[in-house]
Amino acid sequence: MTLSIIAALPLLGALLLTSLKQGQIESIKRIALGSSLITLAATVLLALNFEIDRPGFQFVESYSWIPALGINFRLGIDGISLILILLSTILVPVVLVAGWYESEGGRFSVKTFYVLVLVLETMMIGVFAATDLFLFYILFEAMLVPVYFLIGGFGTGARQAAAVKFLLYSLFGGLLMLASIIGLYVISSNQIGRTFDIGALGMLQIDNLTENFLFLGFFIAFAIKAPLWPLHTWLPDAAKSATPGTSILLLGVLDKVGTFGMIRYCVELFPDVAKTFTPLIITLSVISIIYGAILAIGQRDIKGLIAFTSISHFGFITMGIFAMTTQGNSGATLYMLNHGFSTAALFMTAGWMISRRRSSTIADFGGLQRVTPILAWSFFIAGMSSLALPGLSSFVSEFLVLVGTYTRYPVAATIGTVGIILAALYILIPVQRALHGPVADGNAGLPDLNRRELIAIAPIITLIIGLGFYPKPALDVINPAAKATIIKAGMADPLPAVGGEK
Amino acid sequence: MGFTAPVLEYSALAPMLVIFAAAVIGVIVEAFASAKLRPSLQLAIPLGAVILSFTQVITLRGTSTTTAAMQSVVIDGPVLFLQGTILILAFLGLLLIADFEQFAAQASAIPGSPEEAVATKTGKVQTEIYPLTLFAVGGMMLFPAASDLITLFVALEVLSLPLYLMAGLSRRRRLLSQEAALKYFLLGAYSSAFFLFGSAFLYGFAGKVSFQGIHNVITSGPGNDVFLLIGLAAISVGLLFKVGAFPFHAWTPDVYQGAPTAVTAFMAGATKVAAFGAALRIYYTAVSGAVWSWRPLLIVIAIITMIAGSLIAISQRDVKRMLAYSSIAHTGFLITGILALNQSGITATLFYLATYGLTTMGAFALVSLVRDAPGEVTDLNRWVGLARRSPQLAIIFSLFLLSFAGIPLTAGFIGKFSIFSAAYENGAISVVVVGVLASVIAAFFYIRVIVMMFFAEPGSDSVSVIIPSRFTMSVIWVAAIVTLLMGVFPGPLLDLIGSISTLVR
Repeated sequence: MTLSIIAALPLLGALLLTSLKQGQIESIKRIALGSSLITLAATVLLALNFEIDRPGFQFVESYSWIPALGINFRLGIDGISLILILLSTILVPVVLVAGWYESEGGRFSVKTFYVLVLVLETMMIGVFAATDLFLFYILFEAMLVPVYFLIGGFGTGARQAAAVKFLLYSLFGGLLMLASIIGLYVISSNQIGRTFDIGALGMLQIDNLTENFLFLGFFIAFAIKAPLWPLHTWLPDAAKSATPGTSILLLGVLDKVGTFGMIRYCVELFPDVAKTFTPLIITLSVISIIYGAILAIGQRDIKGLIAFTSISHFGFITMGIFAMTTQGNSGATLYMLNHGFSTAALFMTAGWMISRRRSSTIADFGGLQRVTPILAWSFFIAGMSSLALPGLSSFVSEFLVLVGTYTRYPVAATIGTVGIILAALYILIPVQRALHGPVADGNAGLPDLNRRELIAIAPIITLIIGLGFYPKPALDVINPAAKATIIKAGMADPLPAVGGEK
Repeated sequence: MGFTAPVLEYSALAPMLVIFAAAVIGVIVEAFASAKLRPSLQLAIPLGAVILSFTQVITLRGTSTTTAAMQSVVIDGPVLFLQGTILILAFLGLLLIADFEQFAAQASAIPGSPEEAVATKTGKVQTEIYPLTLFAVGGMMLFPAASDLITLFVALEVLSLPLYLMAGLSRRRRLLSQEAALKYFLLGAYSSAFFLFGSAFLYGFAGKVSFQGIHNVITSGPGNDVFLLIGLAAISVGLLFKVGAFPFHAWTPDVYQGAPTAVTAFMAGATKVAAFGAALRIYYTAVSGAVWSWRPLLIVIAIITMIAGSLIAISQRDVKRMLAYSSIAHTGFLITGILALNQSGITATLFYLATYGLTTMGAFALVSLVRDAPGEVTDLNRWVGLARRSPQLAIIFSLFLLSFAGIPLTAGFIGKFSIFSAAYENGAISVVVVGVLASVIAAFFYIRVIVMMFFAEPGSDSVSVIIPSRFTMSVIWVAAIVTLLMGVFPGPLLDLIGSISTLVR
């Protein structure tokens, strides 16, 4: 029951909101924040009760849902899902505090904004906790609806076009995945009876050709979501048009559903085929790393910059997953968490800069270091985390991914390392342009962070620094799950082959 | 040779008999009741008949499968389910029709003539639409139950003829409406001829008109295959015309657009249920032995229908025409259910028909509420910004569109999933893949309407929504609730269908 209750908490908050009047803006915001904080507290309690050494899913629950089709409402979490659920429940209240006025001035009412965000939170928890493939798919697709309205209803610029592009890309991938799910379902009903239990689906005997196609259906859906080059083109548009808060949820959490799906479904359900496609996927990841980084360097728009850095980072995550080593896999999962925090910090600070300066062009922010030192420092730390400076959280994960990949694909790992150098460029150039140098016109009187904004950014910066120096708690949760994934994939870690110790 | 009086199993036929009797009474009432009494009486009779008939269907539910009326009619689980569905749709359709303002006061008066003006002004309206609806409903109930070619043809005509008339009854844009009726009639007559032609060839092939007999001859093999193929092809043309499959779909957009919206709603929902019910019976029982001959053809037609319907819908600027092409695309999905040729195919098709029928009805009912001073507005450009003026309706319409698009948590998704998995089970993977891709195309134009309603700024000529009749609004709510409920908890309905879905020859 625990997981259902936690997932239901934001939904209850949303229901409560619908009973309020449009005009009660302050109480709407407080209730929304309150229910997201309660959810966070419940998730932290859940995490404290999580038994690190127990293999398999925990807090398992299963209810019959559509017996005629063999569909169950089945939830359960392992280390990977726990980390991602924690990430989601941490980011939602942070987003709400950071963008306290974001909901105003949209096409729809303030109430709608918070109802959408809370409904989305329920779906985010559900999608990571689902252990029934059908339930996962339903949430995976249904999530698009609130995000679509959040981008189209509250964004800026060409928001309609961006929202539609986002939706159509995702639907295309989702429907390919549906075809694969139907295939799996039919195979399961021939072999073991109708079921969507992912444990049982992993045991199916599928002939190789069919398995290739089924794998591709899943992989393309997740690669669009993640997004991997060349399926990434929706992301910069969506990130530029959405409000900073929506972008944080989009890049921080929703895109993680893609990489999460690669681990849970692509690798664990189709281990043999996953190995066949690994060289191709590693190549695409490396291209993503370099391509995202180079385009990030060329961005003039600060939101576009963050979007392209994310494409580069998702390249690292995908590479870590398909390296099929424990280190690579742990690193990828830890990277998902850290990328969530550093992107959140970047988008938050960028959002505050944009709302103060009323421009999102990087060149317009000149000299902020002198005018608004705290804001500038926050952006600086977020940027340093994004380029994986040692001592900040992303460094640990990037290092693990590269080491984990090197043991099996040294060339890819080496080229991937170039991404780190490029990262220094794409972060340091905007830092130099936006924060240092002479104060640009119109920047002189800008106010620094107020108390609300400090409250929003402080926990994230703490987490970035904390996990940078002491990643053990997160890694302790992730490692057993990553090992289990590698075992399910039928791989063993190659022995370290460093120097002359062969 | 003496004449044997036919034996009629009245209890098994009761649901249909009630409807036909009420239709005849309706005609008498139309002739003799006073003008003041007539409208309410004419509404009460069919509603009462539909309810009575529905209770008969419920009581028959438990009884074992029977044949009735000298084996020309089969009453089995799927038939009862389809009849129940048709009756529910008929009930809602009658409620829509009761919003009488859409219909010509006197269908016989020439458009623009003084007679018409007088009739409209004095309020001397004719109410023959109610008995016509009941006749159509009776024919629809008989259509999937028919188990020989003659009964099938009679049912087809009984359901079609009233619909031809009803399509021409619109009060506004009467010429367009009459043109639609004429087009529907001519093409319908043409397809009936094909149907009859095919029946004659099947009789020539088997020497029998009953489905059982045709099946026996096909499996035992003494017949002439050329006759079988010609007969099968011609009968398929007739059926595919009725369901609106490509390339026999040309009437659909014109008729859907021209007919009064209440009639369109009823027609789009209920006719499809009846026609696919009959198609299920024919393909699953009568000619299942010759599956090699028709299945490849139906695969091709399903694929083309899905793609064509979705592609042409993109370019539509009229909401009724767009829904018409979307219904063509859905016909493609439903043919996929027939192709599956297995138990899950029947279950999936029945579920899809029931939920799709209701959603369609709700969507058209909603279209009838979007109006300006001269009448309904179906031009999509004028729907821009509808969400501003009536958020409730815009949200419900989006729900219907999302269900058409097959987004999870709506009935449309469960229907699509079960139909595709049934077809996949039988190896029709190509159809499943095309269906999935067509869904993406279809999603595009559904979403475009949502964008128009929610995200575009209303222009000066945007429309308002009149305060709707309570009847129409309740139909919309029922459809919306069912669409959502069947998307989240389809279990009970799927179980019900699963327990009864054995077709009997």
